[in-house]
Amino acid sequence: MRHGKYPFIIGFLVVPVALYATFVVAAYLQTFQLSLTSWSGLGKIDYIGFDNFVKLWHDDVFWKSIKHNLFLLILLPIITIVIALVFAFLLNVGGGHKGGQTRGVWGSKVYRIIFFFPQLLALAIVAVIFGRVFGPDKSGMLNGLFPASWKPWLFLADERYAMACILIVLIWQAVGFYVVLFSAGMGSISTDIYEAAALDGATRITLFFRITVPLLWSTIQVAWVYLGIAAFDAFALVNIMTVDRGGPNGASSVLSLMIYRNAFDFSQAGYACALGVVLFFLTLTFAALTLRVTRRESVEA
Amino acid sequence: MTLVAEKPATKSAGTKPSAKRDINAFTGLAHIALIAWALVTAGPLIWVVLASFKNNTEIFLGKPFALPSSFSLQTYFDAWTEAHIGRYFLNSVIVVLVSTAGTMLFGSMAAYVLARYKFPGNRFIYYLFVSGLAFPTFMALAPLFYILKNMGLLGSYTGLVLVYIAYSLPFTVFFLAAFFKSLPYEIEEAATVDGASHTRKFFQIMMPMARSGLVSITIFNIVGQWNQYLLPVVVMTGPGAESKYLLTQGIANISTSAGYHAQWSTLFAALTLSILPMIVVYAIFQRQIQAGLTAGAVK
Repeated sequence: MRHGKYPFIIGFLVVPVALYATFVVAAYLQTFQLSLTSWSGLGKIDYIGFDNFVKLWHDDVFWKSIKHNLFLLILLPIITIVIALVFAFLLNVGGGHKGGQTRGVWGSKVYRIIFFFPQLLALAIVAVIFGRVFGPDKSGMLNGLFPASWKPWLFLADERYAMACILIVLIWQAVGFYVVLFSAGMGSISTDIYEAAALDGATRITLFFRITVPLLWSTIQVAWVYLGIAAFDAFALVNIMTVDRGGPNGASSVLSLMIYRNAFDFSQAGYACALGVVLFFLTLTFAALTLRVTRRESVEA
Repeated sequence: MTLVAEKPATKSAGTKPSAKRDINAFTGLAHIALIAWALVTAGPLIWVVLASFKNNTEIFLGKPFALPSSFSLQTYFDAWTEAHIGRYFLNSVIVVLVSTAGTMLFGSMAAYVLARYKFPGNRFIYYLFVSGLAFPTFMALAPLFYILKNMGLLGSYTGLVLVYIAYSLPFTVFFLAAFFKSLPYEIEEAATVDGASHTRKFFQIMMPMARSGLVSITIFNIVGQWNQYLLPVVVMTGPGAESKYLLTQGIANISTSAGYHAQWSTLFAALTLSILPMIVVYAIFQRQIQAGLTAGAVK
């Protein structure tokens, strides 16, 4: 290398590293530090050891939120991946083989474009839309579609169904993205494999389970991790869409909302940081577990 | 799917007619499923557009997909001026333009140096950036708020842009570092022999060569930053912040107040106004957008 290498390297790194260190690294480190304090957000910072963690162990809302996050964590990836895999398969291989070519059903491009669109919308805007779709009277889209004789469903205002509504919205938005993602993966599977199998008399069901799914396994794994991370978020939905932000009666509270409300509405910055630490370890555990459990011999396409 | 499974397996050329019927039945079912999902996807959006032309009486009548009795752009006018959608929209455009440009400039600079130069601490800085991918953003909300407060950046675009850039760096650096590593070294060496400086090589040789990667990640960042809700809600607080709200924040705000004032059609018009530009942009750049957003996951 020529002279002037180090001034160049430092010149290129100084701004990004400074920004990152100030707003990201420092913030994360302080989360760990402040989780051991009773800081309200103003004034003196008192260290109280692990009291915050003891407190959250006895906090009903915390356990409710964990339960709701787990509900999303289990159902969101499973349902989204299954729907997306089936659609991606139909769009890519569903049309059978004509003239020696395996192809998708007619109009597959149009379907793909429509399916993908919700991914472009901000979750906040989706939340406002679905807040009205699930409207608890005739002005809501779904209640409007129901026969006039039915009593309006409460949807989000019903403790039993609030979380299901959130799950549905998350699936609605996510499916198209994973259809496109899986389609890209399927596109890289050689058509020879499908043709060889079809010659051997394999049905499309067999093709799906014996060829598509195993060859896509690493993509499915990635999808699982992404969707799991989305399941730990859901903040915009719960904050905007639900009754009383996380209600009714805590029926849709999730960890991200708890962190936000403790930090900014309840002046419990220390407690919010403790929740943040718990969230961090949960996310990490989830990612490690997923990669371990879903590990398989990878098949080369 | 199961219906089809029970039918006899498609055999080879000998049983052509039955095989053909099988395929038709399967394709038919496939289309029904696909059309159903397309309706589920588009339905709520179409409903929003229709409702934006209806008055409150019509909205509460049920019949969500009935055509409005009259078409007037008054609700859109209200949404644009009284509900300030125009201003929120412009705010979002400015913030995203500046922050995406900043993210791309600083992200590619860091990624390039980390990918192609050997120096002590290189790996440390690289992993510091990449580790940011493992941490959920809202875990650090409270400290982030106080860091900005102490710097006097709360409620300012400067603060928001800096935060956007900082939180977009991990993925940008991770993605572009891999990309810069994959580029050939020969051209760069030739340029060195010709006496090009490091900076010049970066801007005139490496950046053009990395174009496809840069386009993908730019789209990824534009969409991601345009759709941010959490960070604006945390940063854009304090006196006078309301006029600086971004679109996501503004819409959420209108939706709360629409409930109080029963101005549903204004809310629907506001929603339509925020969705329409996305549809237009998507119609034009559909392929690039799909590629850009899935780029991270395919890697």
